[in-house]
Amino acid sequence: MDTCAISEITILPGHDKQGRPEKFDSLVIRPGDTLSIVGPTGSGKTALINDIEVFAQNDTATGRTVLVNGRVPPEEYIRDPSMKPVALITQNTKCLADLTVEAFLTMHVKARKLQDPGIVRETIDLANQFTGEQIQPSCRITALSGGQTRSLMVADAILVSNAPLILLDEVENAGIFREKVIRVLKEHCKSVIFVTHDPLVSLLSDRRVVMRNGAVEKILEPKGKERQVLEMVERMDVTLCMFRERIRAGELLVEKGFPA
Amino acid sequence: MKLIVIAGPPSAGKTAVARQIIRHFLGKKRVAFLKIDVVRAFEDEELRAEFGIPARKVYSGDLCPDHTGIMVLADALSWAEENGAEIFIVESAGLCLRCSPYTTQSLGIVVLSAVSGMNSPLKMGPMISLADIAVITKTDLVSQSEKEVFRERTKEVAPHVEIIETNAIQGTGLRYLMRAIEQTDEIEDPGTITLRGIPPLGVCTICVGKQEIGWQKHSGVVRKLEGADDLFRGD
Repeated sequence: MDTCAISEITILPGHDKQGRPEKFDSLVIRPGDTLSIVGPTGSGKTALINDIEVFAQNDTATGRTVLVNGRVPPEEYIRDPSMKPVALITQNTKCLADLTVEAFLTMHVKARKLQDPGIVRETIDLANQFTGEQIQPSCRITALSGGQTRSLMVADAILVSNAPLILLDEVENAGIFREKVIRVLKEHCKSVIFVTHDPLVSLLSDRRVVMRNGAVEKILEPKGKERQVLEMVERMDVTLCMFRERIRAGELLVEKGFPA
Repeated sequence: MKLIVIAGPPSAGKTAVARQIIRHFLGKKRVAFLKIDVVRAFEDEELRAEFGIPARKVYSGDLCPDHTGIMVLADALSWAEENGAEIFIVESAGLCLRCSPYTTQSLGIVVLSAVSGMNSPLKMGPMISLADIAVITKTDLVSQSEKEVFRERTKEVAPHVEIIETNAIQGTGLRYLMRAIEQTDEIEDPGTITLRGIPPLGVCTICVGKQEIGWQKHSGVVRKLEGADDLFRGD
């Protein structure tokens, strides 16, 4: 089955840590959707994306079921990892290979049996849109900064893995342009789910899934109601980014007023 | 009784996988566990304390652990039977990658760690190629690309092997492993169980403890450096 043929992924409710049923009917994710999963530590955020990653069929601790195009997904989606239409990048995910960026991507392209010779270059160019520190093809993977590595992994998941659904578990750190990532993911018609504590990422997402005690507590769809706050947070983010760059450049920041 | 043989290099997560299997079948099937190791092992004590199952270990000391495993397996099967086990898990020490402890009438599981480097599947012989299932652990720690390359390399070595990727500590994605265990046939006749592969040659003066280096000092199956490449043909 062609993974491009995924028109929706549906999450059906399970239960909380005490076994009480979750209070939502279903959560449907379509191409280009952005969702944030928020909630305190231990509220079950990672368990929810793990359910999606393994296409749970009421056989994980949460009792949830995940459908593809409204049906139980074909078994090879789950059994054959190379068919899996999901890429998961977590805060623990590292690139271990001691190779140049170019060799690393070439190796992945070969494993994926892709024929497009320009894809390595494209992936590096895309990663460079996500990070302020330019990645060169000749850089060694192990010498990249955290932001560069994250940017490369996201670009690689979009272009090389070509996964329709990308799960990002707490990958907010400085050095990756989150707005740009979200825009590009939408352009490529990818669905993306963020597990996040970051106000900007949460506000930029179409929907917010609020977790508590192992269960989905509610699903918020602001539909523009948060626009003012989002604009303010975006301005703050721009300011912070600017200060960060100036600190890096060795400046002393002594201005009196703030461009709020 | 079903026989499950778990092999794989040190610290790949063999015991973590065994623990998930025991946890899954707890209350449904009686499980017994045997660990074969060289110097020290704690798995039996840990699993007995955690799950209250019959568990024991064998140390091979100066002997090759897979050799030890092969020697004690028939007795171990009787021990597991006496303890009323319906699933018997044997975990190898997994040292030299040349051996393959899998037998007929068993489910052979090789546990590989995704953080062991993308070429590591290519460095293992029959430990992968004779297994039924390859459980790749610690996949949460490596990038999507390395996970995919590792998977392809594993398939290169063993095209038939079924691959299951997991974070074995959490037990994610192991449902098909459990299903494979449920579908594994019971042992028909312990008297007819044999190894799946041919054990390595152990017929030289090195094996018996002669310490000099260089082929001139040894007799048996010896080769010079030039021409040593075709020493290993494997299964």
